[in-house]
Amino acid sequence: MSVAASRRRGVFSGVNRFVEYAGGLATMFGEVCRNVVTLNFRPSEVIRQAYFLGVESWTIVVLTSLFTGLVISLEAASQAVSYGLSQFVGGSVAFGEVRELGPMLTGIVFAGRAGAAITASLGSMVVTEQVEALQSMGVSAVKVLVTPRLLASFITVPMLTVFADIVGVYGGYYMAWLRVHMSPYTYWHSVQTTLIFSDFYKGLEKAAVFGVLVALVAGYEGFRAEGGAEGVGRVTTHAVVTGIILIFVFNFALSFVLFP
Amino acid sequence: MIDEKPSRELEPSPPPPDVAIRLQSIELRYGEKIVLSDCSLDCIRGHTTCIIGLSGAGKSTILRVANGLRRPTRGCVFTLGSELSRLPETEILEIRKRIGFAFQYNALFDSMTVADNVAFPLYELTDLEDDEINERVKSALESVGLDGEGDRLPGELSGGMQKRAGFARAIVNEPEIIMFDEPTTGLDPIMTNIITETIKNIQHKLKVTCLVISHDLPSVFAIADEIALLFEGTIIEYGSVSKVRQSPNPIVQQFLQGSDVGPIPV
Repeated sequence: MSVAASRRRGVFSGVNRFVEYAGGLATMFGEVCRNVVTLNFRPSEVIRQAYFLGVESWTIVVLTSLFTGLVISLEAASQAVSYGLSQFVGGSVAFGEVRELGPMLTGIVFAGRAGAAITASLGSMVVTEQVEALQSMGVSAVKVLVTPRLLASFITVPMLTVFADIVGVYGGYYMAWLRVHMSPYTYWHSVQTTLIFSDFYKGLEKAAVFGVLVALVAGYEGFRAEGGAEGVGRVTTHAVVTGIILIFVFNFALSFVLFP
Repeated sequence: MIDEKPSRELEPSPPPPDVAIRLQSIELRYGEKIVLSDCSLDCIRGHTTCIIGLSGAGKSTILRVANGLRRPTRGCVFTLGSELSRLPETEILEIRKRIGFAFQYNALFDSMTVADNVAFPLYELTDLEDDEINERVKSALESVGLDGEGDRLPGELSGGMQKRAGFARAIVNEPEIIMFDEPTTGLDPIMTNIITETIKNIQHKLKVTCLVISHDLPSVFAIADEIALLFEGTIIEYGSVSKVRQSPNPIVQQFLQGSDVGPIPV
């Protein structure tokens, strides 16, 4: 086979895999939507998953956001004051946090913690025949295993983002005060004049999309597990990497659409 | 999950009413590998049919083909009067609700108690009240000798008890067919005997059709009404216990005697 033919075949195979993957995600998402619309899920399981996936991710999300706010302010405050622009510090921290970093970092942390947990859990169930047991009973594995996790993620990631936003902006204030003794009025007035409410809720809309993406990819990858512990590890890694990449891509696309 | 695109090139031959499962000239491939080839089998309603054969011969795959978890590449599958190989997945799910399946490694949900595992099909598939579900779970656990063990997690049970918990989950929905995949594998002789008796009791009490995959010949001879020997993806012998034991086929005789001398490559 010539080099060109070999490359063409490689490209074709890659496109084929991409289409198959995207189709698989879309099919699963369609089934989850159908279950949600027809209320074909157990609310108690959604609450249980929301606690496990969301509440137990709270600490790491808050820590990540706190240090992000601190570091933005650390970099911005000294520079801004030296140029006489201290009235913009609060606004720049809040603007970046609420519109971009809050939702995105929460999504990324959620992908690493909760997404990995979903894939590992479902993957283990696949290799120990528990998913096949569901199918053998005539029960849809997507309904029982994916729908509650996806709903829980859809609900909890925006809630986590609210905490991330608040802690990040407060962290920024603390660092501005510590570094350049910025007055509370200067910082918070800047926040109030820069941010509008739609920035906040559009950030939460992004977070909800990231929650869905992470849970969807994690669930899909979990069902692809094969070959025991090594296979579970492989799909878990793949789920986290794919989830994070999708968060970056969708963050750009959503910012483009939501913040014209 | 489920392989799509079934292909049937032969004329379907629906079974008579007394046949619960008919596999007609089944072929199943995974890529280039042929797992089942021209495999045909009838399981008589209310009887226990045991499929025996070498490791890797495709025995467990037959169960999955018979309940629609795998679609054959060619051939027809009739289960409980429906041709599974033609049905869409949603309709196969409905048929599967009438079939109990006990897995080789039990496949119990490890985050749930034994009672919750057994109750799971009832919660998911029926509209029964909690009291009735609890009653049926209790009855199913009693049927397999696990009364009083419902509150324990699967990981706290011995291998034999886990098997029986899997049986309880398979029977709790009062299925018309129960499939047992290697029910005695990995158990000591005493527990093997208990499991064998449990299967006999279940069949006797519920009067269901049982399809059992096993290597364990004493157990098979104790529970089977009919035996099928699967060799290289094909059923090469089928009949009553005595017929199979007296089969002149040298492959059958070598397998039954466990000899390393004969036509079966070792």
